[in-house]
Amino acid sequence: MTDVLIVDDEEPARAVLREMLAQEPDVRILGECASGFEAVKAAAELKPQVVFLDIEMPKLDGFEVLELLDPEVAVVFVTAYDQHALRAFEVHAVDYVLKPFRAERLHEALEVARARSARGPEPAVLAQAARPAGEYATRIVLRDASRVHVIPVDRVDYAEAQDDYVALHSEGKTHLKMQTLASLEASLDPALFVRVHRSYLVRLDRIRTIDLYAKNSRVATLLDGTRVPVSREGHARLQQILGET
Amino acid sequence: MDPLSGDHRRLAALTTAAVLVGAATATFLSRGTQPVSLAAAIGLSVPLALVGTALLLPVRYVCRTLPLGQASFTRLLVTHGMAALLLSSAWVSIGAGLARFLAPEDPPGGTGLVVRYQDHVPGLLAGGALFYVLAAFFHYMLLAVEASRRAEKQSLEMAVLARDAEIKALKAQVHPHFLFNSLNSISALTTSNPAQAREMCILLAEFFRRSLALGDRPEVSLEEELAVARTYLAIEGLRLGKRLTVEETIDEPSKGCFLPPLLLQPLVENALRHGIATLIEGGVLRLEAHTDGRTLRLRVQNPFDPESPARPGVGLGLSNVKKRLLVRYGEAARLDAERFEGSFRVTLVLPARGPE
Repeated sequence: MTDVLIVDDEEPARAVLREMLAQEPDVRILGECASGFEAVKAAAELKPQVVFLDIEMPKLDGFEVLELLDPEVAVVFVTAYDQHALRAFEVHAVDYVLKPFRAERLHEALEVARARSARGPEPAVLAQAARPAGEYATRIVLRDASRVHVIPVDRVDYAEAQDDYVALHSEGKTHLKMQTLASLEASLDPALFVRVHRSYLVRLDRIRTIDLYAKNSRVATLLDGTRVPVSREGHARLQQILGET
Repeated sequence: MDPLSGDHRRLAALTTAAVLVGAATATFLSRGTQPVSLAAAIGLSVPLALVGTALLLPVRYVCRTLPLGQASFTRLLVTHGMAALLLSSAWVSIGAGLARFLAPEDPPGGTGLVVRYQDHVPGLLAGGALFYVLAAFFHYMLLAVEASRRAEKQSLEMAVLARDAEIKALKAQVHPHFLFNSLNSISALTTSNPAQAREMCILLAEFFRRSLALGDRPEVSLEEELAVARTYLAIEGLRLGKRLTVEETIDEPSKGCFLPPLLLQPLVENALRHGIATLIEGGVLRLEAHTDGRTLRLRVQNPFDPESPARPGVGLGLSNVKKRLLVRYGEAARLDAERFEGSFRVTLVLPARGPE
């Protein structure tokens, strides 16, 4: 038995998925969601194996929802048309179904999703690829249990790598998100965020001073007094960016 | 392409001016009660022609700072009069210097070159002023030609811009998203609600027929434009269900106003795609049209969720409509977009016109 969740903000779009999936043997529809927030909450509580996910939705879009789902969940995007998103899917070989679709096509996607044991690319990488060239994330989404947080990037002071997570420091609070620092860095505007150290990504306008700490090692003091290590490479990157502006 | 480059034309004009000034000066000097000998006349007039032509060049700047039709007549008269007097006396003084240089040992008794030249001074002053007037005429003419060339170039650019905007507008008529989502709704409704599926097919056909027909005409009535918007909203209404409510306040006289086709449609699409569709509970899309006989005021207002992710294409529709307005009406029309308390409101103000 495969447990599935349907996520789309339009009732007719949910209806067609509901109808076709009802014809599939061994499929149990756990629920239907009309928004990204609902989807994240429902997925955390109901633990579906496959999520059929629309992209353009209120509050959280499909890519943001994908970032917040557990890695074991297989996601099939069901979308009308978006050239950037399509390119992202093709590059990263995530399955997607174009609206409108035949029952056979949905069946294929379901089979692919069932067969997939591990997730393909990191969701943030996929989301970055779907964004038009030259555009960067304006907000970061993260989840603890079934609570969703949306943090605008201008409120992020710095991010710190912690094993499989990044710790985002924003307005005195720390949020953990399962993501690599490299992929977070790739999604943000390089003119605003600088990788000052292997484990630290800092928002440029939060830096107050940079002082020599030891030979080849410096420390950046942020506006709130936090001290962040700056490596030799990091310092070179900082100088390059500050030199350019 | 012009066979003569700008440099060649300038040189030709300057040479003509120099020859005219020289010939006139030489002729004038060799006449009168105390004529200058031919050799002396030529010796004086050649350098005077060159100097005179050089002195006439700055007249262009005087003309440029005093455009005809903008500067008052008194100001024109005073400024040009003073400039003419100044340049002419400078010219005549240079001539006097030249005469003294050519005949340093003037015999006493008043028959030398200097005396003969002095006899011609009032005439030369008047001649210089005349040359000034001619030069001013010439420069004013040149400025007018340049202005009309510029205007021609500008109108050509505007025409290109207009065509681009029109083509974009026609292309933007149907958002691929709208088409595919509608087809998906029909696909869903065929089994669950066949009557509604048929209704949606008919509405889609109507929408395409109407917008295609409208796109072919230079101007359409607001009534026709509204019919397209209503069909569009009916389709989206089936798709979004209770999330979409439409409220119209259209006054009777405004329906007969004419405007470029599919000007309102992108605003309605925006209100839906970037507004109502970003809200889980949806909201009210307000359409208003009002005319006082002179201007037509159209307004589209919708709630939106500032916390929803921006969808691709934000602002494209608006900038396109702005361009079309500029091309069609220039300063006479405008588009204002405001956001306040979770609402977005676009107001179009254009001249109220009947059918052409």
